[in-house]
Amino acid sequence: MSTLRGRFAIAGAAESDLGAAQPGTRPVDLMAQASLRALEDCGLALADVDAVFAATTQLPMAPLNLAQELGIRPRYSDGTNVGGSSFMFHVDHARAAIAAGLCEVALIAYGSTQRLVGRSSASVQELDPWEAPYRPLMPVTAYALAASRHMHEFGTTRRQLAEVAVSARAWAQRNPAAWSREPLSVEDVLASRMVADPLTVRDCCLVTDGGAAIVVTSAERAASLRRPPVLVLGAGGALGHRHITGMRELTRTAAAESGARAFAEAGLGPADVDCVQLYDAFTITPILFLEDLGFCAKGDGGAFVSDGRTAPGGALPMNTNGGGLSYCHPGMYGLLGIVEAVRQLRGEAGTRQVPGCRVAVAHGNGGVLSSQATLVLGTAETA
Amino acid sequence: MTQGHAEPRSPAAIFAAHCREGRLAYPAAPDGTPVWPPALAVPGTGEPVRWLLSAGRGTVYATTALHARDEGPRNIALIDLDEGYRMMARVEGVPADAVAIGTRVAVRFEPPDAGGERLPVFVPAGG
Repeated sequence: MSTLRGRFAIAGAAESDLGAAQPGTRPVDLMAQASLRALEDCGLALADVDAVFAATTQLPMAPLNLAQELGIRPRYSDGTNVGGSSFMFHVDHARAAIAAGLCEVALIAYGSTQRLVGRSSASVQELDPWEAPYRPLMPVTAYALAASRHMHEFGTTRRQLAEVAVSARAWAQRNPAAWSREPLSVEDVLASRMVADPLTVRDCCLVTDGGAAIVVTSAERAASLRRPPVLVLGAGGALGHRHITGMRELTRTAAAESGARAFAEAGLGPADVDCVQLYDAFTITPILFLEDLGFCAKGDGGAFVSDGRTAPGGALPMNTNGGGLSYCHPGMYGLLGIVEAVRQLRGEAGTRQVPGCRVAVAHGNGGVLSSQATLVLGTAETA
Repeated sequence: MTQGHAEPRSPAAIFAAHCREGRLAYPAAPDGTPVWPPALAVPGTGEPVRWLLSAGRGTVYATTALHARDEGPRNIALIDLDEGYRMMARVEGVPADAVAIGTRVAVRFEPPDAGGERLPVFVPAGG
């Protein structure tokens, strides 16, 4: 039995400016901006922060950049970087550190200017000798391979993949901060420029600048702060592989492990979840995660996302901010999914609010389906 | 790293040396279980690998055609070799977007002449 369940909370959450950053903007500018907003959100001051967690592709020593920028000397820090799921790992590590008495107020931040500097400049591509000679455009090649295999094994169709993008767009139309808000149909997705068969450009996430930050502290302390605390009911992480050649089965991700850990700790299951934020780097990824997290059987993900089930008004609201596909995708998106889960649980999501949202899942993916991490979050009444 | 070691120690160097001679090699555990991607030690046990030769026949496990802006579609595939490992490669001899999962393929080396750096690619084999 976990001794951490419900004892720690996300007290503050914020985005930085999103979209296209002004020339000269640094990743740490966006990290710091989001950090100050997240502290303002919960009513804590910089002087209260005694732990810094940060990761971004552009800054190998991100906690140093952030601490210097904010002018703080945290007694605890963590720069774990396993890609876009890093921030779910950070939440897990932060609560363990607080529980161990190593810190009290943990700031977790992200920032990227990948659109400004160009994606190839923002991310170092590891030259794997077993893949690089074939010039696989990464990461899209890996996800296209996984999609091809899912279609082969389970009969998943390009239309079903497109449904993920259409659902995300419908949510984005309710989010003023979303980058892409014009109408999008399944036919539009299918007719878009092919990038890596079967994925068109509309099956692929956006390339934007942006950042986010959250503040994690004890549930007791969070209860005394400005905003309703969002409890960490369960957290789980899992490492599958580094390169796609090292993935055992392309239709089965380590989300099956991370999700099982998070749900077991929370004492909850998929049926208890009111909305999900599943890292949608490509349309195939939420389909895989819905299956691996247990929202549907393996192979049924394509059918599951059809007929608007995950769209506004559907049975399982998914990626309610518009996701990486339509809202914002600054490289390592995971923290933005956590921010959206927090807003839904606080009931402050405006016209996209999921009524009566009490339990939300934020699931992160890193690398090429490589690292997986799941957070089960809840309102104070779920403690 | 031992100084003056005469044999190549890097898995990539060992693999490339075989490719130059037109051989598709792979590391394996002492019991013959393939290790891929290659490593110096068997993942999970740490035993030293030994290198074996593949017959170069396999089946397409997954495939995509990349449509880069500045070139025509080109194939990237994952190939299940008959010896029981899966490597990334390119399937040639059919249009990049017409490669089907399940297709039987056989290795060939590019460029065809031995001696320099050569890359294993696969062509439909039938049977």
